Amino acid sequence: MSRPEIEIRDLHKSFGDNQVLRGIDLEIGQGEVVCVIGPSGSGKSTLLRCVNLLEEPTKGQVYVGGTEVTDPDVDIDAVRRRIGMVFQQFNLFPHLTVTENLTLPQRRVLRRDKAEAARVAAENLARVGLAEKADAYPSSLSGGQQQRVAIARALAMGPEVMLFDEPTSALDPELVGDVLAVMRMLAQEGMTMMVVTHEMTFAREVADRVVFMDGGVIVEDGDPEQVITRPAHERTRHFLSRLLDPAMADVEEEISDQVGKSG
Amino acid sequence: MTGPDAPDTALQPKKKGLTRRQKRSLSRGAQYVVFVAAVIAFAVAADWDRLANQFAQADIAEQMFPEVITLALKNTVLYTLSGFAVGLVLGMVIALMRLSSVGPYRWLAGVYIEIFRGLPALLIFIFIGVAVPLAFPGTEIVGGTYGKVALALGLVAAAYMAETFRAGIQAIPKGQMEAARSLGFSHARAMISIILPQSFRVILPPLTNELVLLFKDSSLVLFLGVTLEERELSKFGRDLASQTANSTPILVAGLCYLLVTIPLGFVVRRMEAKAQEAVK
Repeated sequence: MSRPEIEIRDLHKSFGDNQVLRGIDLEIGQGEVVCVIGPSGSGKSTLLRCVNLLEEPTKGQVYVGGTEVTDPDVDIDAVRRRIGMVFQQFNLFPHLTVTENLTLPQRRVLRRDKAEAARVAAENLARVGLAEKADAYPSSLSGGQQQRVAIARALAMGPEVMLFDEPTSALDPELVGDVLAVMRMLAQEGMTMMVVTHEMTFAREVADRVVFMDGGVIVEDGDPEQVITRPAHERTRHFLSRLLDPAMADVEEEISDQVGKSG
Repeated sequence: MTGPDAPDTALQPKKKGLTRRQKRSLSRGAQYVVFVAAVIAFAVAADWDRLANQFAQADIAEQMFPEVITLALKNTVLYTLSGFAVGLVLGMVIALMRLSSVGPYRWLAGVYIEIFRGLPALLIFIFIGVAVPLAFPGTEIVGGTYGKVALALGLVAAAYMAETFRAGIQAIPKGQMEAARSLGFSHARAMISIILPQSFRVILPPLTNELVLLFKDSSLVLFLGVTLEERELSKFGRDLASQTANSTPILVAGLCYLLVTIPLGFVVRRMEAKAQEAVK
């Protein structure tokens, strides 16, 4: 078997004194879908952003498709062309129409000609089910539609790997489904995907593997059924119980707070 | 909650004298009276005949045309636009230096902005007119007076424009740069294709304001010593005023400034309103 598509070795990242990642080792094979879950502040988004070097790791190596991303002499723009990224806040370019959002990067970065870029753009808009919004401006779209355009924009560059940074966290609940459907389609088409998410249903149904992170380390890594349904570690169990029943967790915290104050 | 005749008046403080609304209109009325009285006092006290004699002689005003437009106003516009162009380019460079990750660039840009924003434009003109020929004997600034004015105005304008550009660039959310970089744009290309087009909308009104300021500052050219053909509105008006021993040319020159600055101000307000709408 060829080497893994994404390979992370002993990755450390600090912001000042704050150690966010404390030695991460992770491999993601070709066509594999890996969901990274964990409490906020666990470093999962930072880990994802280290893969395409939006954050510069303090120590350790990241390889994507055999190229070392963390090599100081690497052509990072060339590496990033092969890695699609989808953000929590969509980050569409508001001064461009939907189609221009897809064509401008192709033309400026990949030097595709106008007709080719337009063809690829139309194709990918159709894939995410938004062909009829081609001439709209992002501000006139719903959050779910904007996120699907953002996915189409990344796909138009022909990436080998897709990174998703909490793609549904900024969406109204009723719009989450459309975005997840597009991601499920991508997974079925064999795209290598690394997804930071809180959507446990998606993780259980679509992911090949689920990684649970806490405190800057990987606590648990295994198939979704095992990590989500029968977690081996107490920290994973605690996180999942709070996620599934947030109301209960809140009540507990309030009570313990009050005890602390009165005592 | 309760009907109009509910007995809750007892809960409210007793109303004595004027209501708030009545007090407000009374105060407003007093302000109007003071304003009108001041205008009338001013109009009565001024000696209108002498003023008209000194500032509004139709025959002297007539003498100024068409030169006040074809020469003076034309030169003012030329000086302003050339200074604006230099300021635009230099200001952009300084703004990018100020935002650079390279320490010495940031430092240099900061020093430039502090110096040229802190000095009166007049001193810059004198410096360009006197110090530069002394320091580099034999060299001529390209374009003669026009080149000197473009440089002097440009140096001043660049300091202000750099800060405008910087604010405009920083107003664009960080995610825009991240999205562009993650698509494979280089930093420079992302700036040009994604960030600057967006910040341009934000900074268009303040840039136009800067144009109005430069338009007025172009009058400082008279400290460079200009030929008859190079005179702009202020110098032209002053020369004619001393020739005719009458101030009418000053008034006409002033009106010519307003002829340009008032429409520009109108354009700025229109653009600001539009930018406001775009945000929504």
